[in-house]
Amino acid sequence: MKSKDYTEIYVHIPFCARKCDYCDFVSFAGCKDKFDAYFAALKDQIGKTYETVGKLPIVSCFFGGGTPSVPDASYITDILALLKSKFEFLPGAEISIEVNPNSANLSKLSEYKKAGFNRLSIGLQSANNNELKALSRLHTFEEFLLTFNNAKKAGFENINIDLMSAIPLQTIDSYKETLNKVLLLKPTHISSYSLILEEGTPFYERYKDAPPVGEDEDREMYYLTKEMLKNAGYNRYEISNYAKEGYECKHNLGYWRRIPYLGFGIAAASLYKNTRFQMHSDLDRFINKDYSSDTIILTKKDSMEEFMFLGLRCTDGVSKKEFFQEFNEDLNEYYKDEISKLKKQELLKEEGDRFFLTDKGLDVANYCMSEFIK
Amino acid sequence: MDQKHIRNFCIIAHIDHGKSTLADRIIEMTGLLTSREMQEQVLDNMDLERERGITIKAQTVRTVYKAKNGEEYIFNLIDTPGHVDFNYEVSRALAACDGAILVVDAAQGIEAQTLANVYLALDHDLDVFPVINKIDLPSADPEKVINEIEDVIGIEAQDAPLISAKNGINIDQVLEAIVEKVPAPEGDANAPLQALIFDSLYDSYKGVIAFVRIKNGTVKKGVPIKMMATGATAEVVEVGYFGAGQFIPCEELSAGMVGYITASIKNVRDTAVGDTITELNNPCTEPLPGYKKVQSMVYCGVYPADGAKYPDLKDALEKLQLNDASLFYEPETSIALGFGFRCGFLGLLHLEIIQERLEREYNLDLVTTAPSVIYKVHKTNGEVIELTNPSNLPDPSEIDYMEEPIVNAEIMVSKDYVGSIMELCQQRRGRYVSMEYMEATRALIKYELPLNEIIYDFFDALKSRSRGYASFDYELKGYEQSQMVKLDILINREEVDALSFIVHKDSAYERGRRMCEKLKDEIPRHLFEIPIQAAVGGKVIARETVKAMRKDVLAKCYGGDISRKKKLLEKQKEGKKRMRQVGNVEIPQSAFMSVLKLDEE
Repeated sequence: MKSKDYTEIYVHIPFCARKCDYCDFVSFAGCKDKFDAYFAALKDQIGKTYETVGKLPIVSCFFGGGTPSVPDASYITDILALLKSKFEFLPGAEISIEVNPNSANLSKLSEYKKAGFNRLSIGLQSANNNELKALSRLHTFEEFLLTFNNAKKAGFENINIDLMSAIPLQTIDSYKETLNKVLLLKPTHISSYSLILEEGTPFYERYKDAPPVGEDEDREMYYLTKEMLKNAGYNRYEISNYAKEGYECKHNLGYWRRIPYLGFGIAAASLYKNTRFQMHSDLDRFINKDYSSDTIILTKKDSMEEFMFLGLRCTDGVSKKEFFQEFNEDLNEYYKDEISKLKKQELLKEEGDRFFLTDKGLDVANYCMSEFIK
Repeated sequence: MDQKHIRNFCIIAHIDHGKSTLADRIIEMTGLLTSREMQEQVLDNMDLERERGITIKAQTVRTVYKAKNGEEYIFNLIDTPGHVDFNYEVSRALAACDGAILVVDAAQGIEAQTLANVYLALDHDLDVFPVINKIDLPSADPEKVINEIEDVIGIEAQDAPLISAKNGINIDQVLEAIVEKVPAPEGDANAPLQALIFDSLYDSYKGVIAFVRIKNGTVKKGVPIKMMATGATAEVVEVGYFGAGQFIPCEELSAGMVGYITASIKNVRDTAVGDTITELNNPCTEPLPGYKKVQSMVYCGVYPADGAKYPDLKDALEKLQLNDASLFYEPETSIALGFGFRCGFLGLLHLEIIQERLEREYNLDLVTTAPSVIYKVHKTNGEVIELTNPSNLPDPSEIDYMEEPIVNAEIMVSKDYVGSIMELCQQRRGRYVSMEYMEATRALIKYELPLNEIIYDFFDALKSRSRGYASFDYELKGYEQSQMVKLDILINREEVDALSFIVHKDSAYERGRRMCEKLKDEIPRHLFEIPIQAAVGGKVIARETVKAMRKDVLAKCYGGDISRKKKLLEKQKEGKKRMRQVGNVEIPQSAFMSVLKLDEE
């Protein structure tokens, strides 16, 4: 079976206990009175989608947010059960859920496990309590430790820990300490993102003129992550993602390899039959069963561009053979000028069948990727 | 109609003192036009003129007025351009008149430009009578303004009509005053033809339409004519006079009349403003006095932002020139900007107007280089070059000395700002000539200033230092020897020709430093460090550095963000496309423009 014959599923849970000041994802604090209606609409959307697409083979499923661990576990496990009844989950399918330390206790985590989740992603961000406070996070490092141990107790082997660099109050040393503390726990996967000041967030207003951490330090933290995690046996397989061998997040890799995916819930995106869908972000409209999306039908040119700028997020880059199989075009020929320019600047490297960004290229990935937009 | 019943006149006023509004009222009250037919302002035709509230091209209108004595008079109202850049056009329009209405704002009083135009009118032996406008403003002080007019200009003003053009108050008094105070023309209809061209425009059906005042003689269809200065000849196709916004053909134009002549002339250059039209077979002995060849004062490079639009720019300039003989252009090339044109203008306003018209009416995105005046470069071999493009400056070793144009400038300002205005003039290498108080609170300051110091941002600086109250007028005085140097800008050690300019050696350091600072903000970071240097004669006098870009990455990217991410990359790519490549540095268009307006203060 070719990889494009699989499908992935993403479910968006737009609820949080509190909205973090740096976050620009679609989520709402509180809103408990809307849980019932939202999950009912989700079920309705899943049913209707199934009627259109049929019993697709599913290779991965991801519950993201927001904070999926905020509503009671039964809301979540009901949705997963419904998905499993409608679609064909392949053996070994990766089923992930994002949780936050103070909203996921042992019983909740156990229910997730029982329902079939086999991967957890815990939002820690920092092991320094002052930094957590500056991020407006609601938990401490100690509370995270409890959650992590509970996750183990509940039977989760495959756990990702989310970290952030270049955040307020952070220094190279405090970041190093965060990494060290996290490494002691030996998670299978670590994501470390450097802070992005997203327009419209309180952080943007607060820091747009003077970012909390300078660019040189920001880069130093990035290199430090790569080096320390490499020494601890983690491989950087994507711009901000590190994993022990075999534990790369299948779901995320699917995005970069343009595997079709169905998104459920507000603001969720889908890629299906060469069309990208983007659901609206209006909670009430969704509850009223309005599932309309913006759609973009991808031309061959669009798809080739996506192939490049998504594929190059992965450290192993893109395959010339796959490019040819998909588009019947010679990658070296089609992007001749762009390739030669980036190679000359030592941002892109060619090895055997593959093109990939160098470390320097990954630092300025946007610059490199924009070259492939014709 | 005999000449006794013709009145040829114009209105002179400072910007915003109400010239166009008064013109509208006169046209309205003389009855040829109902209020509904009036455009917002009949005389200011171009959108640009309406927006800026100034007249760029002279407009003319003929109306009929039935006076209180029961007789009908023909009024030819010749509108004059309202800016110092168009001084010569003003002088020719004035020469077509016999009298002038001086409009003075009852609150603001006399301004520098009012004075300049009044003197110009008096020079042309026009009878000038004042009207005081905006008397309904709370701050109006007509008595004070009347005294000011008498003291400063020395013309009788006690019986000046006190009007509000906006609200139509006392306009009848103005109409009667026109009949009484503007003398009737006195020409000889049987003498050989002498017609003064005071404006012309190009019409795609009729060809050139020459606006004329017949001084002597008569002209009608079929007569072969000759333009005395340009030597062009043609046969008259049509004569007529000016309705409001339209041309009305008539049998003939005779001495004293104002009207138009068409003769299938293809080029406005053949009907130069100020030239005399005579009959080819029965010429007059002398042309009318005062003809001058129009000369560009300010030059700059004009380039299409998108190099592929070069033919469009060429086309647009050709079309604009059909109607604007004072616009000069010739092709030039720049290493940084590609193919474009070196254009010559009457002044900075003219430059701005042309630029705006190119962008607005022809939908072009432009990059213009720093404006320059004409320098006279005396070479050691005795040759003299008139330099309009800094890039063409010969090697310093071949230059004996250079001369730059100097203007006589008059600035009128209330006394509170005299100090800061004088300071500005000193900074701009001005030479103090005199200062006189027009009245207790207002002063007329005279300076000799190098033209290249005022074509930049002098007017802006003047306004900001006087809270908008200073008025300014200048005329070319002549050339003077001066220590000029060429300032070059090097980006990543490569000279960017489009950024070079000529500057006085004492200002070179300051200008260079500010240019570098400005460019530093304009040039995006690259993968490598970019030095920006200002150099004179190969010696670096200022430097800034654009630090290398170390990070340009979306660290977190969720699958749903792909459309958004694509948009971001597209924008980035689009930005790259609009850049100008100099060496391996990409320079945005805006960088070329930003250095034109280096902040004052």
